[in-house]
Amino acid sequence: MKVKQISIFLENKQGHLLEVVDALAKAKINIRALSIADTSEFGILRIIVPDPEAAKKALKKGGFTFNENDIIAVGVSDTPGGLAKALAVLSEEGINVEYLYAFVSKAEEKAVVVLKTDKLESSIKTLKKAGISIIPPKEVYSL
Amino acid sequence: MIWDQKAECMPHKEREELQLERLKRIVKYAYDNVPFYKKRFKEAKVKPEHIQGLKDIQKLPFTEKADLREGYPFGMFAVPRKDIVEVHTSSGTTGKPVVAGYTRNDIDLWSEAMARALTMAGTSRDEIIQNCYGYGLFTGGLGVHYGAQRIGATVVPISAGQTKRQIQIMVDFGTTILTSTPSYALYLAESAEEEGLSKRVKLKAGVFGAEMWTERMREELEKRFRLHALNIYGLTEIIGPGVAQECMEKSGLHIAEDLFFPEVVSPDNLEPLAEGEKGELVITTLTREGMPMIRFRTKDLTSLTRGKCKCGRTLVKMSRITGRSDDMLKIRGVIVFPSSIEKALLAVKGVEPHYQIIITRPHHLDEIEVQVEVSQKMFSDEVRRIEETRKNIEDSIEAEIGLRVKVTLVEPKSLPRSEGKAKRVIDKRAL
Repeated sequence: MKVKQISIFLENKQGHLLEVVDALAKAKINIRALSIADTSEFGILRIIVPDPEAAKKALKKGGFTFNENDIIAVGVSDTPGGLAKALAVLSEEGINVEYLYAFVSKAEEKAVVVLKTDKLESSIKTLKKAGISIIPPKEVYSL
Repeated sequence: MIWDQKAECMPHKEREELQLERLKRIVKYAYDNVPFYKKRFKEAKVKPEHIQGLKDIQKLPFTEKADLREGYPFGMFAVPRKDIVEVHTSSGTTGKPVVAGYTRNDIDLWSEAMARALTMAGTSRDEIIQNCYGYGLFTGGLGVHYGAQRIGATVVPISAGQTKRQIQIMVDFGTTILTSTPSYALYLAESAEEEGLSKRVKLKAGVFGAEMWTERMREELEKRFRLHALNIYGLTEIIGPGVAQECMEKSGLHIAEDLFFPEVVSPDNLEPLAEGEKGELVITTLTREGMPMIRFRTKDLTSLTRGKCKCGRTLVKMSRITGRSDDMLKIRGVIVFPSSIEKALLAVKGVEPHYQIIITRPHHLDEIEVQVEVSQKMFSDEVRRIEETRKNIEDSIEAEIGLRVKVTLVEPKSLPRSEGKAKRVIDKRAL
């Protein structure tokens, strides 16, 4: 149930984000979801793409520093309190959320929340038990 | 393997006799043939006949790079220009170049010294040497070339640059010995990995020099290329590479002291230091014809250790150069050697030796920024972890040099890669 996410190091310099996005565009890779974590000195671009292998190849060719990580994609109802419920069950289990970001799927009336926690496996179990829908990788890639 | 069993393994006492005999001869020769020495000796009130024992060398005045510059271009030659068959200039890492002249005998001497050095690294006629030192005025390229030719090994005189082609040739020719600067070797290793050709590189040994490097870099090179990474030392003023070379014991460089007489002196008062004490290396060429050097201050910091090496050589060993008495940085009054920063940097897991030190003085106070390229191993999708690594590097440097520096992470390959000597320090202070 884990989704592959690719994280890329970005130096805080003009045009660096463009270079990455451009490299992916040239390789005809569509970005499904993205977020940027930034500090005053550098940033981390996190993306979800339909074909992580192709994206890695393009990034390697471009000479970027990146890695691949597992994340969970959770579907929460696009209503107030949707996200709060998911976070509450994780918190009860003592699971820390490292970061998250969200996007809205075109197909469903649902918000998709991308989650990285310190315990991915038990997060999946906990969320499932609480009846929160976890979106399988295939679906995420084709959203 | 030992190239010149007699010269390299001679009992210490016997060698001292040889050194004294040669010293007497070269001092007189320099005095008689180079006006500079005659003048200097007179000023110091010494005469060649004052040399009765090896210790008497301490009576002689030092020679410095500035003296060679003053004599530019041919003022230090001891023979008519027509007897000089080749000239080289120093690579000019520290100011204007100096000119070195070689007679045919000097080229022969150099070839021998380099044949000894390359043999120490396991070079025989069976090996293929890929020589990435620059050919031309820089002594690196031709020095290695002469030594390899003397041995009869196959030389690939490729010089630096064209990295992809270097790797292709390394694989296709089955290169076994690599000669280059350590930073360029690392760059080659990196590129070989990128090309997916690492596994097909068959290097046995690397003879690395012309710039300072560290034990950590040795580990890195040995791991990446699966070779013996050995240190070579030399300088244009003395002859070029081949003054000293590390054997497979990797515990210091054997100085060819029957040819190049070493002393270590205190950089502060120029007083001779005892064995094992770290100071500035001073060299006297014992047999050089074209341009004899008497007590040349190399400004390189090292220490000497005597004793028979496991390799069988009795030649004195000098420790890896850890700095230069003239390139030490003074930061807020504290002496800092760039090599200490490198050492600290590489002590942090996952950090690769691609860095640059930038010194500024924004508000009347020196600041050091160390830019470090983010390696795959250091990178994480979590800001917290990257920050942790960055802080670890800062802590490690502070523990080593006693100053807090600012570490900035930069994208891989964004710092300039050198094909010769790496430019590690950018001093932007307007002093």
